[in-house]
Amino acid sequence: MSGIPHDHYEPKSGFEKWLHERLPVVGLAYDTLMIPTPKNLNWWWIWGIVLAFCLVLQIVTGIILVMHYTPHVDLAFASVEHIMRNVNGGHMIRYIHMNGASLFFVAVYIHIFRGLFYGSYKAPREITWIVGMLIYLMMMGTAFMGYVLPWGQMSFWGATVITGLFGAIPFIGEPIQTLLLGGPAVDNATLNRFFSLHYLLPFVIAALVAVHIWAFHTTGNNNPTGVEVRRGSKEEAKKDTLPFWPYFVIKDLVGLGMVLIIFFAVVGFMPNYLGHPDNYIEANALATPAHIVPEWYFLPFYAILRAFTADVWAVQFVSFITGGIVDAKFFGVLAMFGAIIVMALAPWLDTSSVRSGQYRPAFKWWYRLLLIDFVVLMWVGARDTNFPHDWISLIGSTYWFAYFLVILPLLGLFEKPTTPPATIEEDFNAHYPGAAE
Amino acid sequence: MSHADDHEGTRRDFLYYATGGAAAVTAGAAVWPLVNQMNPSADVRALSSIRVDVADVAVGSQITVKWLGKPVFIRRRTAEEIEQARADNTANDLIDAFARNDNRDAALSADDQNRAMDEAGEWLVMMGVCTHLGCVPLGDGAGEYNGWYCPCHGSHYDTSGRIRKGPAPENLPVPPAEFVDETTIKLG
Repeated sequence: MSGIPHDHYEPKSGFEKWLHERLPVVGLAYDTLMIPTPKNLNWWWIWGIVLAFCLVLQIVTGIILVMHYTPHVDLAFASVEHIMRNVNGGHMIRYIHMNGASLFFVAVYIHIFRGLFYGSYKAPREITWIVGMLIYLMMMGTAFMGYVLPWGQMSFWGATVITGLFGAIPFIGEPIQTLLLGGPAVDNATLNRFFSLHYLLPFVIAALVAVHIWAFHTTGNNNPTGVEVRRGSKEEAKKDTLPFWPYFVIKDLVGLGMVLIIFFAVVGFMPNYLGHPDNYIEANALATPAHIVPEWYFLPFYAILRAFTADVWAVQFVSFITGGIVDAKFFGVLAMFGAIIVMALAPWLDTSSVRSGQYRPAFKWWYRLLLIDFVVLMWVGARDTNFPHDWISLIGSTYWFAYFLVILPLLGLFEKPTTPPATIEEDFNAHYPGAAE
Repeated sequence: MSHADDHEGTRRDFLYYATGGAAAVTAGAAVWPLVNQMNPSADVRALSSIRVDVADVAVGSQITVKWLGKPVFIRRRTAEEIEQARADNTANDLIDAFARNDNRDAALSADDQNRAMDEAGEWLVMMGVCTHLGCVPLGDGAGEYNGWYCPCHGSHYDTSGRIRKGPAPENLPVPPAEFVDETTIKLG
């Protein structure tokens, strides 16, 4: 499976040989676990394991919650309270599921920004990157629909706002919105289908995760230097790598342990910190909460959605050349999805010959600015739209697009990168002089 | 190559395309019910028409009623509100130039006279659904134009329910509504 030469599974006992000839499942597991992994991976590489853990955690706690939850507009809110008050340990399981979604997004954002810094998206790992972006989109869909299920005020109005995005599509928007909702407004039909899809999508994600792993096991992992593992011979490859099991599994589990200490501190002591109190008020179609704020992990893209109002010249220009088909509302929707699409296109927008940001002096600063931009957009997404928040979100949104569409393509042409080490072994020995044997 | 071979080739091609076409039509016919089941069911679709008693609505107040799953604002405006709304007919910051009134011609301008229910303009009936992304705007003089204000993304509507500032593209629409007697409004 891997392009890096390494020892493959050899069935030993009679039963292993018998099974291997019929179904090479042990060989598949062995080759996946023993994959040669660059030995200079740093701590930013633990988040893949954290993400795998999150997916399992959410599926397990989710299946348990379904045993007690009722997807009906009259009963959903009460059944969640039933879980919180009556079901044995139910409050803990629900708080873990709630905060598990947040941990999932913390991990995925660090994982994505790790890839953006070390150039993990660049050839030959474009498919890994694209599949990762699909997983991220599926995660957002799943999290959004899951947030609707408790049928609180934020559930209802969040669903109204987000399905309204589809209504902004010219000509076909309203039929699509009606199809999604199953009626003129968010109601029982909507709740039922969101429940069905919220149960389905995690398994689609699990399948995509398998493809994601398959893809980077074919190309091999990236690493902090961005230098490829030498593949001339098994001996050469061994100088640059260590098998995933046990070396990286143990390291990743240490990282996961640290993360879980913080996670369970949040679950235990401040389980509602990341939520919104309005969601403990039952859904009411006749009263919008004073501030509709999405969950924190949607805020940067929510800020981009709101940034492009009718008084922005770019909106007026696009509205003019499309004869009014693209109005401010549709422009905002396009910008929000566009912000994720430009990120998915990074492999083709980045023109630099050097992969890792460590050896790109100018890139480093633009990248840091992107990180700050992301945090600022997250902050402003939770604010109202008055001055100066309207300007901050507009400047922040503009930088997001400028980074991917202008800075990444141009930097590769003008920047003078420093020289990466010749091999991963050289980088490793420079960090751990005693380890060279 | 004989003429007969050519003939056989075209027959084969015909069968190929006919089979492919039939398979595509069958697949489409099989998928359509699976998609269509998501559209509104018969009970949801059954168009309802409701009658609202407005005898108790005092001047300067509004009620919100639920119609087709959505809120409808029924406001009995004060003289100042009507005056403000009509003075603003010529304001240069009107974003949407149309009346958006289901009871009148779609081409009518956004003048307050084309949106209010009665000649005097005392009764203003409109959907309580922000034309941006569907939140319920706050009423009773909210926002910079003393009409309605949508808290979700900051759209300001004036005393005639016209969009004046913010991301919403259209005026709040007026649903089919009529007085069936002195104190009863029929919606739908």
